[in-house]
Amino acid sequence: MTAPAAMIELTYRDAIREAIRDVLRRDKNVFLMGEDVGRYGGCYAVTKGLLAEFGPERIRDTPLSESGFTGAGIGAAMAGMRPIVELMTVNFSLLALDQILNTAATVRHMSGNQFGVPLVIRMATGAGRQLAAQHSHSLEGWYAHIPGIKVLAPATVEDARGMLWTALQDPDPVLIFENVMLYNMTGRLAADAGAVDIDKAVVRRTGRDISLITYGGSLWKTLEAAAALAAEDVDAEVIDLRSLRPIDDATIMTSVRKTRRAVIVDEGWRSGSLSAEICTRIIEQAFWELDVPIGRVCSEEVPIPYPRHLEIAAIPQVPKIVAAAKIALGRA
Amino acid sequence: MVEFRMPSLGADMEAGTLVEWLVKPGDQVKRGDVVAVVETQKGAIEIEVFETGRIEQILVDLNSKVPVGTPLARIRTELERKAGVALAPAAPPASVAEAPPGVLPAAPRPSRPASMAPPIATLPSVAGRARVSPAARRLAETHGVDLATVTGSGPSGAIVRADVERRLTAAPASAEKKRPTGLNLDAMRTAIAAAMARSKREIPHYYLEHQVDVTSCEQWLTRTNALRPPGGRLLMAALAAKSVAVAARRFTLFNGFYHDDKYEPASAVHLGIAIAIRGGGLAAPALHDVDQMPLDELMTRMRDLVQRMRAGRIRSSEMSNSTITVSSLGERGVDALHGVIYPPQVALIGFGKVVARPWVIDGAIGPRSIVTITLAADHRVSDGHAGALFLAEIGKLLQEPEKL
Amino acid sequence: MTAVTDKPRLSRAHALDLLKQMIRIRRFEDKCAELYTQEKIRGFLHLYDGEEAVAVGVIPVLEQRDRIVATYREHGQALVRGVPMTAALAEMYGKQQGCSRGRGGSMHLFDRATNFYGGNAIVGGGLPLSIGLALADHMRGDDIVTACFFGEGAVAEGEFHESLNLAALWGLPVLFVCENNLYAMGTALAISESETDIQRKAACYRIASEAVDGMDVVAIEAAARHAVRAVRESGKPYFLECRTYRLRAHSMFDAQLYRDKAEVEAWRHKEPIVRFKGWLEANHMIHPDDLARIEAEIEAEIAEAVAFAEGGTWEPVEQLTRFAYADEAA
Repeated sequence: MTAPAAMIELTYRDAIREAIRDVLRRDKNVFLMGEDVGRYGGCYAVTKGLLAEFGPERIRDTPLSESGFTGAGIGAAMAGMRPIVELMTVNFSLLALDQILNTAATVRHMSGNQFGVPLVIRMATGAGRQLAAQHSHSLEGWYAHIPGIKVLAPATVEDARGMLWTALQDPDPVLIFENVMLYNMTGRLAADAGAVDIDKAVVRRTGRDISLITYGGSLWKTLEAAAALAAEDVDAEVIDLRSLRPIDDATIMTSVRKTRRAVIVDEGWRSGSLSAEICTRIIEQAFWELDVPIGRVCSEEVPIPYPRHLEIAAIPQVPKIVAAAKIALGRA
Repeated sequence: MVEFRMPSLGADMEAGTLVEWLVKPGDQVKRGDVVAVVETQKGAIEIEVFETGRIEQILVDLNSKVPVGTPLARIRTELERKAGVALAPAAPPASVAEAPPGVLPAAPRPSRPASMAPPIATLPSVAGRARVSPAARRLAETHGVDLATVTGSGPSGAIVRADVERRLTAAPASAEKKRPTGLNLDAMRTAIAAAMARSKREIPHYYLEHQVDVTSCEQWLTRTNALRPPGGRLLMAALAAKSVAVAARRFTLFNGFYHDDKYEPASAVHLGIAIAIRGGGLAAPALHDVDQMPLDELMTRMRDLVQRMRAGRIRSSEMSNSTITVSSLGERGVDALHGVIYPPQVALIGFGKVVARPWVIDGAIGPRSIVTITLAADHRVSDGHAGALFLAEIGKLLQEPEKL
Repeated sequence: MTAVTDKPRLSRAHALDLLKQMIRIRRFEDKCAELYTQEKIRGFLHLYDGEEAVAVGVIPVLEQRDRIVATYREHGQALVRGVPMTAALAEMYGKQQGCSRGRGGSMHLFDRATNFYGGNAIVGGGLPLSIGLALADHMRGDDIVTACFFGEGAVAEGEFHESLNLAALWGLPVLFVCENNLYAMGTALAISESETDIQRKAACYRIASEAVDGMDVVAIEAAARHAVRAVRESGKPYFLECRTYRLRAHSMFDAQLYRDKAEVEAWRHKEPIVRFKGWLEANHMIHPDDLARIEAEIEAEIAEAVAFAEGGTWEPVEQLTRFAYADEAA
């Protein structure tokens, strides 16, 4: 019997940095570019120290030209490099949306499979730091709408460490969304932790009574809600989607079939959100198993406000998740 | 001679109005010449001709709005053959799926409807777990319908609201009196009267009789039952029902429904068992898929049905959807019965009393047990020839009871 | 600066080839127009009439290994580059024998074999893409030039500025070829740009640039030779503004309400084919037989392409969701 690998404790941020360092070492065609990734060390300090280690060609500072350098990343990927484009946040990614949707997502199809775009785009997402309306979006659900790309939301240290390599091996564009509230989170990881899959959801907590389906920054709130529910004798199952496109339907339906109740927690605004898509899939595939309507906990229909108490009220929180679960259980 | 047609100039152009001709009959034109002006939603656009030749005839008046593809003029070309595509309405190469002008090229017809979405895998239903829609559930709850006995017609056999509604209308007594179970005999009699009257009014009945030797049945029953406790014994009635059901599977003209001037054979055989009820009632509740039901089970169910029926404890859900009915008055002592079909069914089999009669077997006369079976059938659907074969089949099946 | 080596060797053979290439594009576009009116080609169709000299002058100067990014008005570039006419036309028909399997249509001609990176329906959308292609070559130290064709309308887009800046900043081997045909769809240059001398914008990014008469195929070739050599030798970008004109409407469904017929006629008299043919005739470099031969060869090639497209097949609907991702393409 092999000895268990040593466990280390590190932050989500550290895990991503390790992942980047690892891929840069493994494949000389990999390089990272984005705003303030080099000399500044990264807006969220993810790439701190990497410029010194890998040099300015491979850790490439760009001007404020989201469309320009995202398109450049696309072109470089098409020509055989393995770029990682870092868009500072999803909020600024909108300037690159044309390149992402009209070039990255479409080239393979438009060219009849002659050219692919093996590009990885990383961006920070989410609210919680009182950064107000223009700096607090959660638009990963929008991106998950687009055929031709893949969308990931690592929520654990293990996924932060392991998804990047797998994403870089993918022949198609992969977007990785890192929730800003997770960067400081610590977790334990095997010292030799490596690549993980990027297309399966994982049941983070098994339960009998209700399926709580979520991803990204909301995972930990959902787990906290599950603990609170357990104290009231409700056994909640928590599913971490991990991949938002494609969505792992099988894992969701297996869970719903068992529990017959579902609440989806999604930091996007409720209307037209990813949670609506998941709801519909459950109705399409597991309608007969449901015992009660599906519940959702999403951001409220308002641009994210600045004052702390309003921001807290605007996005999903543990009490709201608990409340939604109780409604589903008829214990409102 | 080639035709110059109204050109398509844009993806959303459906028609154009000719507002000016720049040529007249007799004029020479060459490929690329502008020959007319067409008014479109975007403004006036000059249109060019792609043929070289002489304008022979203008076909369309000015200021007429014509669809894309309409011939506008005839041109006599100088060349015998034009390389490439002719403007003339020549038949397209047979190998190519061509669309008529003005229509988008049709996609090749797929062998099955193309699915735009990834296949949605519905979870297979767990054995014993009925699929019932919320709406159906509510209705059943309000009216006390036992869902276990409702057949579903929804997706994957799920019970939907309409199934529950059908159950309710089939048992008007229950619905009217608001009693969840039990029968109202007065209402039943009225319903029977209406049904029988309608039957005789609408259905052109024909009748056939057949005498069947059921000696082997009796012998087999004696042998089989010798080994069984009283409660588990089989009766002729079960053999009768099974043989009718199995035969009905083959003779589809007698197992189905006549609706709206049309006969629809049923996909299953749900046998109605006519049962008399104390107090003057009569009902024919259905047993489902009798053709596939093992004899023992059939017997048990028939017994149970009769018991409950006579005690007035029948479930409204059992009352409808028989696809054919069998009626037995043998116990009452009549030789044969000529029944009345329960619409919308199209056949009714009657069994009379089993009687010992002298019979000729292999040239010698001996006593045999004989039963007269009758067929009442809907002449709109079947005729005597088919009916005779049907009855003969039942008789044949009864010769080998061990195979039923 | 203009070395003797930059001057095109205008042998008779080469001259006839230039002429043929331009006429080939013109006749092809003409046939496309015809097929479009018959609804064989659908969607949008943007034709190159009047601008042939740009593609014919620039592209043959490039090497096989060089890369080309173009716009939705890219039939000319595709044909000169060597995308087979059969495949190009089949693509416009939407047949699966098309160069993009019929999936793209007129605006999305792609061809890996000739390093032809499309075909782009977003004005300015190809510029960042060309930067990326060049970035890869630059990082690997490969001697490859990326030629990026775009219209003057694209210079209004942010992506144009971002791309020029990045190309200059990072020293990327991009040849920017601006086909200034004076109209961005229906909007004249004069009413959309504060600075209408386009090549001056490149100077703001410290990119070497020049403007050339887009109706003169020989001038364009000379300028292209010079430009491509500069890019290849210096590894830095170069900006070539070709001043040309679009003889046909922006697309098929355009009433051209925004410009005078007289203006179009004036340009028609100095369009590249007319001009070059006239010059060749005046210099006795061309005989009437040459022209007849050229026309006949082109006509035959077009007929073959039409037959190929007509005879092509539709991709089965069951394959609809292929090519969104690599695994489904297998």
